[in-house]
Amino acid sequence: MLEFIGLLLLFMVIAAIVAIETRDLLAAVISVTAVGFGVIIGFFYMRAPDVAIVPIVVEVLILIILIRATLRVGLKTFIGNRDFFGMMVTMAMLAVIFLAGIRVFNDFPTFGVPVMARIADAPSRLYLANGLKETGAANIVTAVLLDYRAYDTLGEATVLFTAIVGAIAVIRKKARKKPAEPEVGEWEE
Amino acid sequence: MGGMMADKGMTPIVKTITGWVKGFIMLFGIYIVLYGHLTPGGGFAGGVIIAMVFVLLTLAYGKEEALRRFRIGVASELDSVGALMFLVIAILGIAGTFGGKFFTNYIAKANPGTPFALFSAGTIPLCNIAIALKVSSSLFLVFILLVLMRVIHDPQEKG
Repeated sequence: MLEFIGLLLLFMVIAAIVAIETRDLLAAVISVTAVGFGVIIGFFYMRAPDVAIVPIVVEVLILIILIRATLRVGLKTFIGNRDFFGMMVTMAMLAVIFLAGIRVFNDFPTFGVPVMARIADAPSRLYLANGLKETGAANIVTAVLLDYRAYDTLGEATVLFTAIVGAIAVIRKKARKKPAEPEVGEWEE
Repeated sequence: MGGMMADKGMTPIVKTITGWVKGFIMLFGIYIVLYGHLTPGGGFAGGVIIAMVFVLLTLAYGKEEALRRFRIGVASELDSVGALMFLVIAILGIAGTFGGKFFTNYIAKANPGTPFALFSAGTIPLCNIAIALKVSSSLFLVFILLVLMRVIHDPQEKG
């Protein structure tokens, strides 16, 4: 377990260094995505697949968008019967997802029976039993969000903050370092 | 106020109704935030409701009226203040004598208030207020940035 996490961390550190140091934009993009997928494997290893699903979607989207942005010219296209190839890939993926879905549905708990009813030491049982006593908050959702899992909430708030900083940085008229241009000290309406 | 900018925004009906309800929506948002540890709701939900007041003002009266009440500089500062307040509450958990962990609920451990009272649950209402500041100003900023789309310079960013 620890060796695996260590190897994963080493891989991610190397990929991050490659992403920073390489001169090739495409290699940098792929290295950044490799770091992201390392994080995703870590989430799966820590038995948090619900956390891992969002990064998968985001990583794949970002990979596609960044590759499209870096490869302005020289994008190779399929030659031949594209429709047939796409159809075969789609059917194969559908079959894989269907087979995996059968396994997943076999392991599901019965409808209407929550997981915490089957597992004796599920965290949600502890939250419900001790939430009011330990946090003093009558609303158990807020108690979980801001006491038991406040670190998670801090991450969400950071995401929002970073998004605003990015939006303000992108949606502005002039670049920051242009000493020749006259400075405008107000937000233009 | 309806006649102030007769050519901007929507019809007088919308303007009048907005003028009547905007205070109540704001009050509802503040209630959702302050009672977040007792009733359904919390910082995120209440912050969104507060931000929607200004979005409604923008839609009904035009962006000048909304920006006169909630300037972009103020919104950006409130955003940062909310984030900092949340972090400071978290870090004070390390400094405190109770547990000494990040996000320790040190106030609730020092004097646990009566359950279901407004002043209970320690740091949770404070965190709710911080998140509400952050979320309301952030959402308003997103909306107004997309409306303006021609932003030049934050005065503090000048090198």
